Amino acid sequence: MSVVRIPPALRDATGGESRVVADGANVRELLDDLMSRFPGLGPQLVAGDEIAPFVNVYVEGEDVRTLDGLETPVRESSTVILLPAMAGGH
Amino acid sequence: MATSTTTSASLLDLIGRTPLVELPRLSHAPDRVRIFAKLEGQNPTGSIKDRVALKMIEEAEARGELVPGRELLEPTSGNTGIALALVAKLKGYRLTCVMPDNATKERTQVLRLYGADVVFSPGEQGSNGAVRQALAMAERDPKWFMPFQYANEANPRAHYEGTGAEIADALDRVDVLVAGLGTGGTLMGAGARLRESFPDVVVAAAEPLPGDFVMGLRSLEDGYVPPILDVAKLDRKVLVSNEDSVGGIRDLLEREGIFAGVSAGAVVHVARKLAGELDEGVVVAVLADAGWKYLSADFWTARDVEESMEKTVWW
Repeated sequence: MSVVRIPPALRDATGGESRVVADGANVRELLDDLMSRFPGLGPQLVAGDEIAPFVNVYVEGEDVRTLDGLETPVRESSTVILLPAMAGGH
Repeated sequence: MATSTTTSASLLDLIGRTPLVELPRLSHAPDRVRIFAKLEGQNPTGSIKDRVALKMIEEAEARGELVPGRELLEPTSGNTGIALALVAKLKGYRLTCVMPDNATKERTQVLRLYGADVVFSPGEQGSNGAVRQALAMAERDPKWFMPFQYANEANPRAHYEGTGAEIADALDRVDVLVAGLGTGGTLMGAGARLRESFPDVVVAAAEPLPGDFVMGLRSLEDGYVPPILDVAKLDRKVLVSNEDSVGGIRDLLEREGIFAGVSAGAVVHVARKLAGELDEGVVVAVLADAGWKYLSADFWTARDVEESMEKTVWW
């Protein structure tokens, strides 16, 4: 089981929880498991066969879009962070 | 490069050509893995945004889009606004900045001292809220010219022609470029320029891990990806906690004597992490600004950095 951090915008779907657990050897499996536990997350996290454009998924602090995307491996000890895309740059 | 023996016709001529200084005390193997810092805090208003502001204004003037009588409007919680305020002043335009109401006090103070007007957006909506509010204002009144750094190709172009070219000219080898991810301008522009000279360069983004308070978006549809940012062109994208950013600031100050801002601390944190993955090579860290504008923040002494910092988007 890996720990998944849930941003405020998605906590309605997790009953208010900011950290949940999910299982999977890679990001695709982990998100599938997460969405089966919290069906309300489904439509927000994935668009077609891709991570939804306004969602960033990080494994051990790195955005999986610059790793192997949905195929990025996840270890049991990994923390996975979900974040909304936010404008930075002051 | 301007020195004490030369004169400049305008402060705007002093934008760019910033120093690149080695940080041997921050490398795990300084003889084999060299880390260099590009000191963007030495630009005239103290940040990398001077490059972007000047380029956006000059290109808009050249296109005939920005003419006397129009006023500048930009969503910014600081550095871009201050940079635009200088350029606007010397070129004779008025400037209004839209910024989150939880930005540090120095930010509004310095903008007003430069002569800019400030309009506040709800702090809990972070930069996204300021962007939305500015876009709505620009739509209502055609007097506004919004440079809009998030979507203006002059932003990455400033870094392609300036920041990136300067680094490529100064070094024979660059293996890793690290810059803060905000609009994506530095990473896209300098990254593209460095890839021309050093095809295998790793372009790495340091990205802030926001606290819950500043993620008060109602839904993910309120999210925003700057149009100039193409994440596919990044090789690494690394989240940095506020605590690690402050650790980077402290390392820079205590070991190399460089007083840097929050995003620079994050960039150094990532630069050291990626340097640690190399047996040999050259890492360049772009330090966007200095620490002065953050003095009123609590994190310099606060024991619980995360708690004291989580209510603000720091870059």
